Amino acid sequence: MKRRDFLQHTAASTTLIGLGGLGLTSFTSEKKATKITILHTNDVHSHIDAFGPEDGRNANKGGVARRATLIDNYRKENPNTLLLDAGDIFQGTPYFNYYGGELEFKLMSKLKYDASTIGNHDFDNGIDGLYAQLPHANFDFICANYDFKNTVIDTHVKPYEVFVKDGIKIGVFGLGIELDGLVAPNMFKETKYLDPVEIAQDMTRTLKENEHCDLVICLSHLGYHYKNNSSKISDLKLAAATKNIDLIIGGHTHTFLPKPTVAKNIDGKNVLVNQVGCYGLYLGKIDFYFDTDKNKSANGTSILV
Amino acid sequence: MRITILLVLLYFLSFTGCKQNQLHLNKIEGKRIEVNNSITENAEIEAYIKPFREHIQNDLDSIIAYAPQTYTKSDGEFNTAIGNFMADAVYQEANPIFNKRTGHDIDMVLLNHGGIRSILSKGNISKRTAFELMPFENSIVVVALKKAQIDSMLLYLSKSKKAHPISQLKLTLNRNFEIVDAKIKNEAITNRTYYVATNDYLYNGGDNMRFFKTNDSLYILNYKIRNALIDNFLKNDTIQPSQDDRFTQIK
Repeated sequence: MKRRDFLQHTAASTTLIGLGGLGLTSFTSEKKATKITILHTNDVHSHIDAFGPEDGRNANKGGVARRATLIDNYRKENPNTLLLDAGDIFQGTPYFNYYGGELEFKLMSKLKYDASTIGNHDFDNGIDGLYAQLPHANFDFICANYDFKNTVIDTHVKPYEVFVKDGIKIGVFGLGIELDGLVAPNMFKETKYLDPVEIAQDMTRTLKENEHCDLVICLSHLGYHYKNNSSKISDLKLAAATKNIDLIIGGHTHTFLPKPTVAKNIDGKNVLVNQVGCYGLYLGKIDFYFDTDKNKSANGTSILV
Repeated sequence: MRITILLVLLYFLSFTGCKQNQLHLNKIEGKRIEVNNSITENAEIEAYIKPFREHIQNDLDSIIAYAPQTYTKSDGEFNTAIGNFMADAVYQEANPIFNKRTGHDIDMVLLNHGGIRSILSKGNISKRTAFELMPFENSIVVVALKKAQIDSMLLYLSKSKKAHPISQLKLTLNRNFEIVDAKIKNEAITNRTYYVATNDYLYNGGDNMRFFKTNDSLYILNYKIRNALIDNFLKNDTIQPSQDDRFTQIK
């Protein structure tokens, strides 16, 4: 990636030579203020239909067709939008039992999801069952701490992906939960679980230093926080143990956060941690406002949650 | 020579030029949006889902039995009507299959309390009821266990303080949660092999049931728990789940 940077700089220099006297002032117009919108879901668990009016807990909530309307509206409002899911797409309604996840993936593709990570329940029909549905998914699967080398889905899951929206580089990497004890070994087969903190440190270094990302997002299925098991890795522990992550989008624990949590990373800087419960009852929305030096706020980044 | 000029320019650009044009993350706003019935459905998405939904509904909603009451997994300390019903259904439906294949009979059934995924409501029972009770794809397996493993299973049950569904096993605890009586099919447990039916999740150590892993042999029936429930509903016009004395504590 260093080489590409050099070539880009070289090209710019050549132009400058051509422009002669115009000098560096022409360069200032290249970047302008912009807004990146991140929309996200987690643990939808095959909840394609909305809950009915008689439901005891979630009456009249959820539903993919309504989510589609919301997402369309936000995309119209800001085309620089990414739509992400933090895993456990599968399992929870007869749609999964009858069609094995086909409809879930087809609908997420129609809603133009950009990426998802992999949750433990996405192995519920085995790694072969997940592999069989991949042709229906027109979005990326991102997970950096599962080593799939000896499995059928090797090469179909990326550790990270860099999205560019209006000149802003957004690096997204994924983290999955330890599968042992949660998923039967004959289901995940030779998938190897790697330490999420070490992998996150590698990923953030790659995304910041090599890919020069403006934003780094972690799509996590580790779980928000385990109050009865303080040694278990969670999104809050991950936030505190790493640096250069702007946003952790979580899942697994079905945690309904009324608003994103502002945590501190290892450098004492802010990290947003968010999770929107489960079953598609809510959509998370995080807006990142970028501005030029001139309009930089005195206190760094202000966070309104 | 030319490269030197470029490098000088590159240096100049990266340390002065670009610095003035950096974008800064100035503000972050975060909120959650409720997906509710004030939002119009996207008609195209809705139309796409419809044939899938109708196919499932037609299959799921035909009535196959009747429940005289509402049953929940919290209706009892060590055994519940709904858990007893499920474990007995697994025994009744799986034993003929196991017997035909192996010549042996299932001695007892153990499921897990957490595996009862919903209540069983009073009224008509359809296939959907079985999907609600057991949304997971877990299948019945039969594990051949020696007395030592049976003992560690009983110890697990005595310590778990949960109404894990059992069938053909009778277990009595004292007030200190110690086992005072344990019988399988009304007989004292002896030093022989027992055929215990469970599901593949528990066999693989789910709910910390580690005693299944030291076994003589494993029989995979390729028969889902849910399908056993559906087959059992189909045989019963009105189901009669009841709490009994199969797992109790003397206080």
